[in-house]
Amino acid sequence: MGMVVNLATPAGLFWGMLPEIVLTGWALALMLVAGWRHGGEEDQRFAGQLALAALVSTLFALWWLWAKDARPDGIALMIALDGFRYASSTIFLLGAIMTVMLSLGYVRRERIHTPEYYLLILFATIGMMVMSAAADLIVLFLGLEIMSICVYVLTGINRRSVFGAEAALKYFLLGAFASGFLIYGIALIYGATGTTNLTLIAVSITNLGLQSNGMLMAGIGLLIIGFAFKVGAVPFHMWTPDVYEGAPTPITAFMAAAVKAAAFAALMRIMVHSLGESIGTWQNAVWWLAVVTMLGGNLMALAQRRLKRMLAYSSIAHAGYLLTAVVSGTETGAAAYLFYAFAYTLVTLGAFGVLAVVGRNGERDVRIDDLAGLAAKRPWLAFAMAVFMLSLLGFPGTAGFMAKWYVLMSAIEADQWKLGIILVLASVVSAGYYLPVVMEMYMNQPITEEAHQESVAVGAGRWVIGATAALLLLIGFFPGRLMDVSRSSSDDLKPSAAFTLNAPTGPDAGMASR
Amino acid sequence: MIWLAVLLPFLGFLVNGWLSFFRPDAKRAVSVIGVGVLVASFISALAGVVGLAGAVHDAPYIVHMWSWMPVGELQVDLAFQVDELSAVMLMVVTGVGALIHVFSVGYMREDRSYPRYFAYLNLFVFFMLVLILGANFPVLFIGWEGVGLCSYLLIGFWFDDEAKATAGKKAFIMNRIGDFGLLLAMFMIFRAVGSLDFLEVFDAAPAAFVTNGPEITLITLLLFLGCIGKSAQIPLYTWLPDAMAGPTPVSALIHAATMVTAGVYLIARTNILFAMAPVSGAVVALVGAVTALFAATIALKQWDIKKVLAYSTVSQLGFMFVAVGVGAYAAGIFHLVTHAFFKALLFLGAGSVIHVMHHAYHHTHSGEDAQDMRNMGGLRKFMPWTAAVMWVATLAIAGVPGLSGFFSKDQILAEAFARGQGAFLFYVIWALGAVAALLTAFYMTRLMLYTFHGPNRTGEAEAKQLHEAPWVMTGPLVVLAAGSALGGFLNLPHVLPGAGWLEHWLKPVTEGSVPYLSEAHLSAGLEWRLMGLATLIAAAGMIAAWYFLKPDRLGAAKAAPAEAGVQRVLLNNYYVDELYNTLIVRPTDWVSRKVLWRIIDMGAIDGAVVHGAAKVSRLLGWIGTRFQTGNLGTYVVLFVIGVLFVLSAVAG
Repeated sequence: MGMVVNLATPAGLFWGMLPEIVLTGWALALMLVAGWRHGGEEDQRFAGQLALAALVSTLFALWWLWAKDARPDGIALMIALDGFRYASSTIFLLGAIMTVMLSLGYVRRERIHTPEYYLLILFATIGMMVMSAAADLIVLFLGLEIMSICVYVLTGINRRSVFGAEAALKYFLLGAFASGFLIYGIALIYGATGTTNLTLIAVSITNLGLQSNGMLMAGIGLLIIGFAFKVGAVPFHMWTPDVYEGAPTPITAFMAAAVKAAAFAALMRIMVHSLGESIGTWQNAVWWLAVVTMLGGNLMALAQRRLKRMLAYSSIAHAGYLLTAVVSGTETGAAAYLFYAFAYTLVTLGAFGVLAVVGRNGERDVRIDDLAGLAAKRPWLAFAMAVFMLSLLGFPGTAGFMAKWYVLMSAIEADQWKLGIILVLASVVSAGYYLPVVMEMYMNQPITEEAHQESVAVGAGRWVIGATAALLLLIGFFPGRLMDVSRSSSDDLKPSAAFTLNAPTGPDAGMASR
Repeated sequence: MIWLAVLLPFLGFLVNGWLSFFRPDAKRAVSVIGVGVLVASFISALAGVVGLAGAVHDAPYIVHMWSWMPVGELQVDLAFQVDELSAVMLMVVTGVGALIHVFSVGYMREDRSYPRYFAYLNLFVFFMLVLILGANFPVLFIGWEGVGLCSYLLIGFWFDDEAKATAGKKAFIMNRIGDFGLLLAMFMIFRAVGSLDFLEVFDAAPAAFVTNGPEITLITLLLFLGCIGKSAQIPLYTWLPDAMAGPTPVSALIHAATMVTAGVYLIARTNILFAMAPVSGAVVALVGAVTALFAATIALKQWDIKKVLAYSTVSQLGFMFVAVGVGAYAAGIFHLVTHAFFKALLFLGAGSVIHVMHHAYHHTHSGEDAQDMRNMGGLRKFMPWTAAVMWVATLAIAGVPGLSGFFSKDQILAEAFARGQGAFLFYVIWALGAVAALLTAFYMTRLMLYTFHGPNRTGEAEAKQLHEAPWVMTGPLVVLAAGSALGGFLNLPHVLPGAGWLEHWLKPVTEGSVPYLSEAHLSAGLEWRLMGLATLIAAAGMIAAWYFLKPDRLGAAKAAPAEAGVQRVLLNNYYVDELYNTLIVRPTDWVSRKVLWRIIDMGAIDGAVVHGAAKVSRLLGWIGTRFQTGNLGTYVVLFVIGVLFVLSAVAG
């Protein structure tokens, strides 16, 4: 056991929330800078570099806590200090860093001269970190809303794009609707257990025998709906294609990777930590969501001809795979989530990075056949894209394979054979839209001589594409280290036995049993 | 140090592979790197082995590189195990390997793909080291598959010749049959023991398996199936003679000294499992003995100098399997080591001859076969060094007392004989082996007589071009000749002073199996008598060859009459290839072409399943996207349907 933090004292709270505080400080500073300097290209780039510095220094603050192995003194009241938080926050921060790197070139090309762009990414990241750190449903909701509102705005930040504005409005309306379900669910859970603390919820359910309590069950159901919307599970996915297509491409990557990973981190923590013992109440619902999402996402992606929309539906399918990890309700499932989310963040940022390179004007119209012959003209870019597609498909030798395999393991370990089989079948379907991309690039001739002349990755974007492709291959061949980290980061996600047996129940827990 | 020995050949592969693409003419650099990494690897291996011998240890050294697949119960580490057995193999692979690399510098000098050749050869050594050093079955399997891959690449090295490319494929496919057995055995071991680490499996084996029970017998037989494929035993031996299509140093390294002995190594490594399954042991010994005799008869009548040596290798591998089958693991490894010396020497010697013959024919633009012994004759006048060292090897393999092959072969036969008191089968195995030994002496003497003695049949113009091979080729031969002559002192018979050094050295590896093996001991008198008999056998074989064969009367290959009767059967390998073609290859081909491909694949799978499923999937996807109207109202309706759906799932 490393550093012990007493979260009841202001100093303890300060150290416990150090990464969030650092990032907030930077964000406020960036806001001041943006207030004075919001002229044009030059100022925009400065804001981007500032955001990069902010995220990197936050990452170091986070890793400092991780290295110290900071743990709460007693149960975590508001903020959790555990490996799961550190690992998942690392994923969000890396996602945000790569998003900013992709954006540097993108905003210049698309002439988005609003420094708020970077500011909103920073605030959204703070929200995500709060979500993964939340040890209380209220804190969790706060984080979720901080993140969501920033993302709504980011979707429509390119004011010249009609699609962006429409997508932002739709996203906001539906998102508000979903938040309503979530907060209602939280209220019902509080009503049933008398607490919003994640550990104490578990204690109350066990001690008061609430496994089949109607109010609790309704609360869990509404909670699942709220999260299902955020992760884009079928049939709550309707916003996803429109929003992903309308938003600026780096932001789409950010949403598909980090935003989704954050929602899953929170869902995973609730399901494993608080509701792990009452798995019978929710497993069935999530099981069906996983099945419908996997099949629906993959089948609908099959019908797409436009690359960005295809990736949007593919991200729905991947949400289905991650839901499979949730269904297991075990720490292995949480470890599988960490591995998967890391690999998926890499592949998403990389693939959208390539898309940003080959496309123009918001990339709405890049069709799969537009990639024809890319391998002949831009061999490295095509190679990277092939790696991304194969990793998304889960081809052996890429990180995607190990990730999917890990999820499969967690399902099998929880005796979810049928779900595992469906996952494999759904993956087979996905070959039907990932492989054509590779075939177009390698087996077809460019449509015109001038094709792909301008498709050159430059600056930081090139680094993102190269580094993600290399990492995906590296992890594909040597997954051991990352697997160890994933496993050790989630092996204390379940509340320890000492808390479930002896901890006090909520002050008015008695009321709930009536 | 050990990891350095493994890493260096791999680095050599990378650099030479790079050179083969970008600097194909940099032959000097390739030679220095290709040979240098092997020599350095040998030195670091030697340092490791000396360290092992000097240190007091009660368990093998395990070198963990990294955790490769930590999954639930299955913990597979990339780990190397250095113990007495792998030390012996390490010395053979890096030592003989280094000599053959040196030889290759001369032999392959004028080849267009010189860097590619050395890249493959380095890669082979890397995988061979992984095979013998692996501390668990999966790592061994990587090496096992890797050497198979390199073997395939090197047999088909001159791939623009279709026959050679086909020979490569044949070797690859036959090996797959064996690998299937090895894989199944691995699965069964994991199911029974829950681990694949050698140490854990062997520690747990006495408790996990019933001695002579069906499970252990099946596991060991499946392991042996892997060995049959890799080590070319009946019925999967036919790939090895075809493998001679590769460059001759490759035959020496891969198809004589190292890779094909991997099966013997595997059984010696898993000795405790085989000791617990006496039935499997007997099967191994019997298959080995029958192969030894069968291949020796075929070798009697081959005209291609490399084919003789190939069948001889199959036969000698049979001897090794007799040894490990009867439980004399040290004797098997002993023969493996001595065989590595004299067979590598024979192949390299034959390589020198072919090299020179090829040059001569190339010079006169003659299309004659440079490998046919009928075209040689009297070469000792032109190549005195090669002739001398090959005689050393021939006397060694024939079993002339004092040379290495005498001791190792005699020990195998004595061990088999000693077990005859327990079961009559072992007397039969001994008798088969003894006859095979007689034939060995005969066909090897035949090879020497036809190649080096009698009149020269090369042709007038060609004879002027014949000369001794350059020193880079004869040098390694001399070193190997020393090994062939003196290798026997590693493990002298019990009745001689200083006996059984190798057996003693290997004791830590083999002692686990001792309680399961029947006591086999020969009296000193009997041992002397068996040695005398072995001497007689060797002498009889050689004298018979000398007496019956008349190199003076032999004509050149193109003038030779067609063979008839038994001789033709032997020349054609008992028509086993034709038999396999008729019984297995053609029916399989027919079924896969007409039934599997036409009807099942094209008709049922492609037509109904693949295209059908694709169409249905696209239709479903299209329906799904019809809901994507862009209209917020539709979305909310679906959302609410979803809400009802989730709530009912929670409630239900």
